[in-house]
Amino acid sequence: MTARDLRTHDYDVVVIGAGGAGLRAAIEASAQKVKVALVCKSLLGKAHTVMAEGGAAAALGNVMGEDNWRVHFRDTMRGGKMHNNWRMAQIHAQEAPDRIRELEAWGALFDRTPDGKINQRPFGGHTYSRLAHVGDRTGLEMIRVLQDKGVHSGIDVHMECTIVKVFVVGDRVAGALGYFRETGRFVLFRAPAIVLATGGIGKAWQITSNSWEYTGDGHALAYDAGAELIDMEFVQFHPTGMVWPPSVRGILVTEGVRGEGGVLKNSAGERFMFRYMPEMFKGDFAETEAESDAWVAGERKKNRRPPELLTRDVVAKAITKEIAEGRGTPHGGVLLDIASKQSPDYIRKKLPSMYHQFKELAQVDITKDAMEIGPTTHYVMGGVKVDAETQESTVPGLYAAGEVGGGMHGANRLGGNSLSDLLVFGRRAGLHATAKRGAAPAIPDADIEAAMRDALEPFERSGENPFAVQAALQAVMQDNAGIIRDKGGLETALRELEKLKGRAKKVGITGSREYNPGWHTALDLHSLLVVSEATARAALERTESRGGHTRSDYPDTDERQTREQIVIKKEGDRMAVRREAQPPLPAELEKIIKEGK
Amino acid sequence: MTRLRLFRGTREGGELRDYEVAAGEGMVVLDAVHAIQADQAPDLAVRWNCKAGKCGSCSAEINGKPRLMCMTRMSDYAPDETITITPMKAFPVIKDLVTDVSWNYEVNKRIPAFKPRAADFPDGTWRMFQYEVERPQEFRKCIECFLCQDVCHVLRAHDKHEEFMGPAMLVRAAVYEMHPLDEADRSDHLCHEGGIGYCNITKCCTEVCPESITITDNAIIPLKERVADRNYDPLQWLWRKLTK
Repeated sequence: MTARDLRTHDYDVVVIGAGGAGLRAAIEASAQKVKVALVCKSLLGKAHTVMAEGGAAAALGNVMGEDNWRVHFRDTMRGGKMHNNWRMAQIHAQEAPDRIRELEAWGALFDRTPDGKINQRPFGGHTYSRLAHVGDRTGLEMIRVLQDKGVHSGIDVHMECTIVKVFVVGDRVAGALGYFRETGRFVLFRAPAIVLATGGIGKAWQITSNSWEYTGDGHALAYDAGAELIDMEFVQFHPTGMVWPPSVRGILVTEGVRGEGGVLKNSAGERFMFRYMPEMFKGDFAETEAESDAWVAGERKKNRRPPELLTRDVVAKAITKEIAEGRGTPHGGVLLDIASKQSPDYIRKKLPSMYHQFKELAQVDITKDAMEIGPTTHYVMGGVKVDAETQESTVPGLYAAGEVGGGMHGANRLGGNSLSDLLVFGRRAGLHATAKRGAAPAIPDADIEAAMRDALEPFERSGENPFAVQAALQAVMQDNAGIIRDKGGLETALRELEKLKGRAKKVGITGSREYNPGWHTALDLHSLLVVSEATARAALERTESRGGHTRSDYPDTDERQTREQIVIKKEGDRMAVRREAQPPLPAELEKIIKEGK
Repeated sequence: MTRLRLFRGTREGGELRDYEVAAGEGMVVLDAVHAIQADQAPDLAVRWNCKAGKCGSCSAEINGKPRLMCMTRMSDYAPDETITITPMKAFPVIKDLVTDVSWNYEVNKRIPAFKPRAADFPDGTWRMFQYEVERPQEFRKCIECFLCQDVCHVLRAHDKHEEFMGPAMLVRAAVYEMHPLDEADRSDHLCHEGGIGYCNITKCCTEVCPESITITDNAIIPLKERVADRNYDPLQWLWRKLTK
């Protein structure tokens, strides 16, 4: 097929990915009266945002009037172990309340306070009750509201369409090539601005809460287009994924369970989190079970939060240690118990989908028995390096918002900060992307034809099954670049990934181009290999432990590396790694952080 | 080994083909389909995302019953039983277990949009109470699996897609119709384009809903009453004429 026969669309802004960030970006761009396309790998409304459970963090101050953006900013920076892009953390904390109120104006039905305002629940790392929520299906509510707003905004939606290449002509974004899953036919989008909103990379690990889509496509598209990636060593392992039965291993158990009073116990029945208080948070959390119980019962002024609500990195590492030291369950988890803390009615009302999920998939009634849980790959803090104000990457015309963007969450993301991040930075990306409106540079036919040829190559081979290569990659990352890392393991990962690159080039496909998952997987392997290598290289470079990155050979946090960022960039065929110092915090923000101590 | 019989084919037709998989502990039907895909048939088309009953992608018919593959346990079937999986019948097949559900998105687009009343306070906010939001919140649990559309005889047996929006889209309209802030009137739309009169309350939709939404009683019947009041109550009709 030649470039001239190709189905081609011209847009001002093309948004790739239709989760919260992509939808919010498309809505904002469309509001600026430009022509917008929203391209999604799945059907509209199925993106990973629907799985977000606990809530969206915003300092509305509806439940605890003391809350304001300063406290939210401070919590975010401390949760991110001071490695965050401070300007993004500031913008996020300042703008999140407006973004939540805006959702209500678009039809969102958040749970209410007794006086009729948006209710807010406590969550890990947040000083005050801060998460606007709808039971434990907040993400579903958000995506439906944005979906409905979007379809009435005149956005063209291209469903089940996977982008395989972003074209850059003369340093500027010019368009993207994709294929429709249904027909296997290619489509070319010509546009001067592209917003990446493709989510994360969790499918590179075996135990993950992420779906098949989460193969790091946006990270890889940006990398291949010449953009820089940052913080790729910081991967969030959520403390609570299901562990039993084997087929559900990794499925998320919301932090909302702990927000509503759930406690963690080891096989000896001990509430072990009291023993894992990091220096940074000493004095902020309950020190006895009685104090913790009183807080859960609602006496929040006099008592401090339960230690189960420490940040995710801390809780995940504590669980890993308990299991490693022999205090885990026979299935290799620990226990999460809410049955002994809340009434069955309360649990069913506040955590309906958790109740349903355990009942159906594990045959456990969480109103009676404890859940067996363990860490699961959940979120990548790292991503495309962007300008804090505009979300533009280092490639002009290429933007990134949501999980695919880097910097906002530093070394560890607080629960609830993702849903608000999507809204705040999705909006900003969509808004600023419209500044590029007008004709895109012409893409040479030869480049388009080469990209199509590359994508079709697996059909011409009778090589290895792509699913086997994907499974091997997941095993390499799980074993060598998981929650606890060291030099030897990371070097092994890099060696193995090199071999897998060779295997990926030889995979073969059977069947037609129509809805062929084997082919889709073969193409996704490229993205998985890029993000896996980036994670392993950055993790090897960072010689300390901080947030989501833990090195057993460098167990301590090294203050000198706090503001140092590992930057990844494509140079020829080589992945180049360098260190870069982030700008220091301005005095007034430094002061806000110190006020909390 | 458990035997699965899967539809393999396209719009043009196809056949049921048998596969065998080793059933592991706690396995759901989607796991078995994935095992077949990974080892025996990499081009086997199946749509899925969350694998936790939250996204509504993996809808199919298992032994003739509309279900989510990710929430159906293999242990629900006898070990010697053949599990037959076919695509949803109410929609055109794309390939294997994947159907073309784009019609639902077209129908949804035409439902009149949410239109809130003016803000209650100068800061642009409203007050709503928990008891008020709970009613529409039930409908927002909808994961758009379209199993209710699949089971609805108006669509499934009579193919009235042109005239009837189906239970899933009525639930979608009900969210806003029962939203405490909404002021739009959808009764004309529901009555005419939406064809709400086609529903004869057999409640099959409620039975298959994996989210346990009481579709017929809580969404469709109240909407039918609204439509009847607006369109067939002579006093309301006169009032509308006079006040228009």
